[in-house]
Amino acid sequence: MSKRKKEIIRVAIGAALFVAAVITDALASPALEPLQSALPYPFIMLAIFLVPYLVLGYPVLAKAARNIKAGHIFDENFLMCVATIGALCLAEFPEAVAVMLFYQIGDLFEDYAVNKSRDSISEMMDICPEQAFIERDGEIESVNPDEVEVGTVIVVRPGERVPLDGIIVEGETELDTAALTGESFPRNVFTGDTIASGSINLSSTIYVKTTKEFDDSTVSRILELVEDAASEKAPMENFITRFARYYTPIVCLLALVIAIVPPFFTNFEWTDWIQRALVFLVVSCPCALVISVPLSFFGGIGGASKKGILIKGSNYLEALSKVKTILFDKTGTITKGTFSVSRISPVGISSEELLRIAAMAEAYSNHPIALSIRKEHEAPLDLDLVSETTEIAGQGIRCIIDGQVVLAGNARLMEANGIDAAMNDTKTTVLHVAVDEVYRGSIEVEDTIKDDSVSALQRIKELGVQRTVILTGDREEVAAHIAKVAGLDEYHAGLLPEGKIDFLRSYLEAAKNGEKVAFVGDGINDAPALIRSDVGIAMGAMGSDAAIEAADVVFMDDKLSRLADGVNISRKTVRIVYQNIIFALGVKLLVLVLAAFGLANMWEAIFADVGVSVIAILNAMRTLKVK
Amino acid sequence: MKKSYKLENLGCANCAAQMEADINRLDGVEKAQVVFMTSKLKIETSTDNIEPILDQAQKIITSYEDDCVILGR
Repeated sequence: MSKRKKEIIRVAIGAALFVAAVITDALASPALEPLQSALPYPFIMLAIFLVPYLVLGYPVLAKAARNIKAGHIFDENFLMCVATIGALCLAEFPEAVAVMLFYQIGDLFEDYAVNKSRDSISEMMDICPEQAFIERDGEIESVNPDEVEVGTVIVVRPGERVPLDGIIVEGETELDTAALTGESFPRNVFTGDTIASGSINLSSTIYVKTTKEFDDSTVSRILELVEDAASEKAPMENFITRFARYYTPIVCLLALVIAIVPPFFTNFEWTDWIQRALVFLVVSCPCALVISVPLSFFGGIGGASKKGILIKGSNYLEALSKVKTILFDKTGTITKGTFSVSRISPVGISSEELLRIAAMAEAYSNHPIALSIRKEHEAPLDLDLVSETTEIAGQGIRCIIDGQVVLAGNARLMEANGIDAAMNDTKTTVLHVAVDEVYRGSIEVEDTIKDDSVSALQRIKELGVQRTVILTGDREEVAAHIAKVAGLDEYHAGLLPEGKIDFLRSYLEAAKNGEKVAFVGDGINDAPALIRSDVGIAMGAMGSDAAIEAADVVFMDDKLSRLADGVNISRKTVRIVYQNIIFALGVKLLVLVLAAFGLANMWEAIFADVGVSVIAILNAMRTLKVK
Repeated sequence: MKKSYKLENLGCANCAAQMEADINRLDGVEKAQVVFMTSKLKIETSTDNIEPILDQAQKIITSYEDDCVILGR
């Protein structure tokens, strides 16, 4: 039987005995009424209540004794013992037993809550693959992922978790990356794609050449990050720890003063004042705060990781909740970082035809522009029609398609071949196409704004973030355009990396009243800004080690909407923390004041201690839930 | 030297905070953290001879929670 089960049984037995004692007391007292003044009656009752008291209290008593020996005086066990023994001496038998009973019920509940939170986070973090599979001489054999060397080809069958980061060398499949990115929609991956450990292979067997050792793989890094996060304490947590250190001794001292001083002025009514002092002792435990505050942060960090947002510490979670200015890198953060076709302007032929010709001409190129055009075309190409493809450096491509000479490239290529191309002054990259020396139009490609950028930035604004700013090395026109379309307040273009830092610094200096400045980047070349900002956020960081290292918050995928999610989670967490602090301190203070005036008894004290703890913990556990 | 150990039977958040404060006062300890939520002791020492420090840390831990043990030493 587990330790906890034994505890529960002991407390249950104690509770039953307590109820029995209360009933006996109620039934027996009228009968014993005449004897009330005689000596034996309180002793009989004491004996009856002492049974549940000892069953419930002996571990507390033992622990208190041990801790006194170790020199920890203001230990909660000790305080509970003094309070309950005091109550017994004052013939408050039910109260004494109730304090012990509820104190331990509270303890058990605390245990349960903490374990539950730990479990739900480790469940979330249950992305750690136990084994990797290697094909050797036609046989698939299982090995420890720890022992797989970089460059080994591993087999991942449907239903299995990808054990190590790598590149697919054979096969294609659908991957469930929800555990990593919070994205529930499966991702299609093909030969040549890089995949992250921790995702689950859904549909068919793939062969993966590993690119990282287990300790460096995505899964290990995520686990480490979340584990470490709990040790980076938020200012509020530190405040509570310090507060607890003073709170208990002060309340105990007050108890002592109340027990000793007033009786001298009030006809030596010791009992009354000692009763009041005992209430102080019961209320003196700071448990509700000491446990609920870190529990809230832990839950918040866990909840965020469920959404693919890794927060490296409670301090960053707290800072994130106070962000009022957010600086963004452009490429890869607000924009996709990959080109796509934005406009097709055909001359004398259809758009589809122009696109088809361009796609065929670019069929053998790996340039991002070529990729974007082929992607736009989608339909399969009949490449048998294409011949003599040659690349003219710095200009474009010349090839023969179905007997016709096709030129596809920039304005210089057209010029060099004496073709009159329609020139316009867009801020995009333009691919001109000519067929048999006749200009057939242009295709504009640009780095498009991410699908969710506009709505994400709007949500950020709605959350009360005052300033959103683009910092980019790109041209003024492009930055202005992106800022306008995506809905950012300010932009600073043409910046060198140092320039970004200068702007960051000026925003940091301008921030006041504890407002925080966040920097969001895709992690490439952003490390200095990520480090210097109050909250450095790296997006799509599954690929970039430097970004994970430098950032305080990491988005596993590259969705900008995670930003609003993150801010929401951080605010909710901080709100819960405040609620708990105010509620717990408020109730305790109230009961202390009432007790000082003789208006609160042991029952209120029990509520102020255990009741408040339980409520605060339940409230704290809400942070684990994310929408 | 930086090390991290699992703590078994760490049951009380307030004790964890007190253990942390006490362990930080030990000679040779640069920084110690007792993380209640993950049940971990993270310790950074100025010497590579960590065992005697761990012995002392265990003593402190025991003095607050007698069944709490540093695992994986």
